[in-house]
Amino acid sequence: MRSGTRAVRTLPALRAAVLPGTCLVMAAPFLWMAATSLMGQLEVFSSRGVLPAAPLWSNYPEALTAQPFGRYFLNSLIFAVAVVAGQIVTATTAGYAFARIDFPGRQKVFMLFLATMMVPVVIVLIPRFLLIDALGWIDTYQGLISTELVSVWGIFLMRQYFRTLPRELEDAARVDGAGPFRVFLSVALPLAKPAVATLALFAFIDAWKNLLWPMLATRSMEMRVVEVGIAAFHSTYEINWPYQMAAGVVAVLPIALLFLFTQRYFVRGIQLEGIRR
Amino acid sequence: MNPAPRGVTLRGVEKRFGAVTAVAAADLEVRPGELLALVGPSGCGKSTLLRLIAGLEEPSGGEILIGERTVNDVAPGDRNVAMVFQSYALYPHMTVAGNLGFGLRVRGTDRAEIEKRVERTAGILGLDDLLSRRPGQLSGGQQQRVALGRAMVRDPGVFLFDEPLSNLDAGLRLRTRDEIADLHRRLGTTMIFVTHDQTEALSLGQRVAVMDRGRILQVGTPDTIYREPANLFVAAFVGSPPINRLRLSREDDGSLLGGPFRFAPDRALDAATLAVRPEDLAIAPLLPRPDITPAGRQPDFAATVLRIEALGSEQRVHVDGPADATWIVRAQPSLGANPGDRVHVSVAWERSHLFGPDGGRVGSAPRPIQILRDI
Repeated sequence: MRSGTRAVRTLPALRAAVLPGTCLVMAAPFLWMAATSLMGQLEVFSSRGVLPAAPLWSNYPEALTAQPFGRYFLNSLIFAVAVVAGQIVTATTAGYAFARIDFPGRQKVFMLFLATMMVPVVIVLIPRFLLIDALGWIDTYQGLISTELVSVWGIFLMRQYFRTLPRELEDAARVDGAGPFRVFLSVALPLAKPAVATLALFAFIDAWKNLLWPMLATRSMEMRVVEVGIAAFHSTYEINWPYQMAAGVVAVLPIALLFLFTQRYFVRGIQLEGIRR
Repeated sequence: MNPAPRGVTLRGVEKRFGAVTAVAAADLEVRPGELLALVGPSGCGKSTLLRLIAGLEEPSGGEILIGERTVNDVAPGDRNVAMVFQSYALYPHMTVAGNLGFGLRVRGTDRAEIEKRVERTAGILGLDDLLSRRPGQLSGGQQQRVALGRAMVRDPGVFLFDEPLSNLDAGLRLRTRDEIADLHRRLGTTMIFVTHDQTEALSLGQRVAVMDRGRILQVGTPDTIYREPANLFVAAFVGSPPINRLRLSREDDGSLLGGPFRFAPDRALDAATLAVRPEDLAIAPLLPRPDITPAGRQPDFAATVLRIEALGSEQRVHVDGPADATWIVRAQPSLGANPGDRVHVSVAWERSHLFGPDGGRVGSAPRPIQILRDI
């Protein structure tokens, strides 16, 4: 009893001490990025302080017009939305199958799926590249998107969630005359909305911040996504840090806004999984 | 309005889960329009049997018929059955109207017809004002009604109930029990009602099937089940307070001896159990004049009152029965006994039961040939 009340008393204090520090550590790179985006190109290296002496707002229009960022943003959006849509379809159907449909070897196949999560993304980059090259899909949307449509993590997330749904609901639907696909579509899927939202969110963010794959899969400026565009500042302007940071701030904005409105799904995703790749 | 009720026939139906046999060679005939209560302790396989009939489990063997049709390979939705689940299993993301109409929508019934039937069902069950609510906004009793309504709306040939009352509080449970009986009278549909509560089974079922460890032990009217239990399990499971029992063992002369009683059974038995319902015992104060006996009967044994449950309409008197068993006697509230009193107990032997070593009923126990008074 006593230790309980003590814990209740010390916990908020501990939280008050630890959280601001942690927040600062997490936010520091972003703040630095924002500060740098307003500096002159030389000031980045000469400045003693963290903040720009006089904010150079012109960095933003200049950076964003230095390259066709409108096009890049559109490409990023097409890429992210397609990946989200694709992953919702594949993860919910496969996750449901792993959770509810009794097929021979289910457990083994599922383990095999999980095992692929241990393979670093970088290792499969080349095979993926060769695959879309063989299909003649280099520098196309289908090449960019197709190999991102299945997420083992998403399948795992959905499977775990479907397993928490009461089986009697699906039994009731079956007695009501629904076939397996109707049960999935009308009962299981609507009830899995929170998990689908979490999946969509993480898929969107993963796609949005993906640099390596779009860099490999696309070549032309027309197919470039934002991340690749930002990276391109390195070569084009011999590392123009303020421009790169300005573009970075703009690229982060949609994600930050998204997070602001969907925090609870992030938290739920972490609660559901306990892990995140 | 209602289609003809369908009978349900099980022929040697089996269900195994790996090495576990949940239902063993079940034979059962549920007549069209009958309300059959399927009762047994938890884990006895009664819910599995219901799920087999619904098509939610595939039988490992045997044949299931609904009406004249073998339905082993028929999908649950095509069996013309409806089921009410223990948890109600209402679709939480749909309104009450959505829940009621789901089965009809799945079947492609046209919108006007769905609306008509949903309204009619809601009217019968008093759900009219709740149609636009979600299950989460309803009380337990209301959810129960929606679950009933969802089953009714399709006018099924057979209703299956899987312990639908167990989540309700005592008062509501009694009321809902009456409502189900009333519903059965009105709809005339075949109903199979699974419960672990023997009182519920006896009060609701036109016939009762008692199950234990995957086997159907007896099927009969509540009265038959109560008065002529086929075996010791049924005798012990059905009835509250439980039936009084006494183990008897075989003596060298072939008689059976237990406590003060010695019996000469009609046929040779290695061992047996005597069982007597609490209401088939009569109790009277131990009087100095042995010719004045309870209910005009010869006292069969003397006992000490251990405890009295005064239930108002009756008393349940716990006595130290024959041998070491505690027996319960159902007595009038006017009986002025107190714990510690010595009493006379007499047995209505013609209504007692004798079960053989395998638990099967041999018949009623004959009057003892000897009662050892000094025990």
